[in-house]
Amino acid sequence: MSEFTSGTLSAKNIHLSFGSNHVLRGIDLHVPQGTTASVIGPSGSGKSTLLRVMNRLIEPDQGDILLDGRSVLKDNPDELRRRIGMVFQQFNLFPHKTVVENVSLALRKLRKLSKEEAQAEALEQLDLVGLKHKADSRPANLSGGQQQRVAIARALAMKPEVMFFDEATSALDPELVKGVLALMTDLAKGGMTMVVVTHEMGFSRNVSDVVTFMDAGVVVESGPPEQLFTEPRTDRLKGFLSDVL
Amino acid sequence: MDILKLLSDTFLDWKAIGAVLPKMFAVGLPNTLVLAVSSGVIGTVLGMLLALMGISRNAGARWVARIYTDVLRGLPPILTILVIGLGFGPIVRQWTGSTSPYPMAIAALSLMSAAYIGEIFRSGIQSVDKGQLEATRALGFGYGPAMRLVVVPQGVRRVLPALVNQFIALIKESSLVFMLGLLASEREIFQIGKDAASTSGNLSPYVAAAVFYLALTVPLTHFVNWIDRRLRTGRPEKKEPDDAAAVVGKGAQA
Repeated sequence: MSEFTSGTLSAKNIHLSFGSNHVLRGIDLHVPQGTTASVIGPSGSGKSTLLRVMNRLIEPDQGDILLDGRSVLKDNPDELRRRIGMVFQQFNLFPHKTVVENVSLALRKLRKLSKEEAQAEALEQLDLVGLKHKADSRPANLSGGQQQRVAIARALAMKPEVMFFDEATSALDPELVKGVLALMTDLAKGGMTMVVVTHEMGFSRNVSDVVTFMDAGVVVESGPPEQLFTEPRTDRLKGFLSDVL
Repeated sequence: MDILKLLSDTFLDWKAIGAVLPKMFAVGLPNTLVLAVSSGVIGTVLGMLLALMGISRNAGARWVARIYTDVLRGLPPILTILVIGLGFGPIVRQWTGSTSPYPMAIAALSLMSAAYIGEIFRSGIQSVDKGQLEATRALGFGYGPAMRLVVVPQGVRRVLPALVNQFIALIKESSLVFMLGLLASEREIFQIGKDAASTSGNLSPYVAAAVFYLALTVPLTHFVNWIDRRLRTGRPEKKEPDDAAAVVGKGAQA
């Protein structure tokens, strides 16, 4: 993995409502460059929405988002998203394109590489996730785990400073989860700044630097994994951990 | 026996059919194709515009698309063609000096089919999972490029069968332009048949016209079925030896 020199991401006092539904109620999250923050919590607690606010797929009602200490809310959101890769629960590969086209599309259209350069770079990224031999397949002919690895390669191809994972293994069959988690672990160890929304408590505990527990749109507890998993301070986190572990 | 003879005299007067064929090929067929193809192309472009307006975040654009679609889909084709053809024809004549009813006929057919095609495209685009737009935007594409590169191509692909059905309808509806009064050189398949029927005194020329329409529409119908099947089962993909072997293995076990 290459060196990452920038990518400290902070969310400050984020509020968001959908109509009368107050989804995020003053969220603070600080992810120093090169660290992995995992966000855990029950369904509907606002974890996935928080990720979408931090790369401005959804604009917050209130609060600020800082990348390398600078507010990005006034910037062009498309340019912000080029700096933040995102991997989704449902993979969201483009079904009408081949695997290598999935990875090269943004390289050609956004980074303006020539067709040959984009193809070469896409193949290189696919090689890193072990799927170069599937380059000309359609996503539908890949297993879920392979699709998710392609999705990771697609995001990494843009050379992002930060990576978001939104329950990246939740839709996978149990035997396919391991490969994707191993890839995420490699990335984290390689120095990528990551925000990982996950139900994989093992990953959260062993790989992340900071764990944040969210419930009902607020951060209930946040701290090093050992502290949260062994000495939860709040009843809500205790209840959640006894449900999932 | 009398009835059979009557029927064959009416519908299968080979002399009358033979007499109308040259004109069908030389005049009727090309004119029908000009009407159907040009309004099909214009209707598709306008339809895509209407579809994008229909799903736009701008409420004004959505309303314009909604009202346009409701009105043009709600009118009988013959009324639209008459109103546009006769109503705007004289204005076009003043501007251009051309007396051909074709521009207005094509305009009427295009506007009509645009309403249907717009709805076809809209339903296709809206059927694309919203994760596709989200994933494309997450890569850093703006709304426009994301729609153009990822969402619209998938939506269009899904509604190709419905789109071809609309082209079939257009071929048939092009016959209605006879209402606008056509010069001898402007007559399309239906009008040629109608003219010939009035001289032959039987319906055989209409049978010839029917055969011409079917020769255009039936292949398209089968084309639709072919696309439909292909979309359902996917493009045949070259299987790797392992995959192919796996299938055989499963079959052998069953």
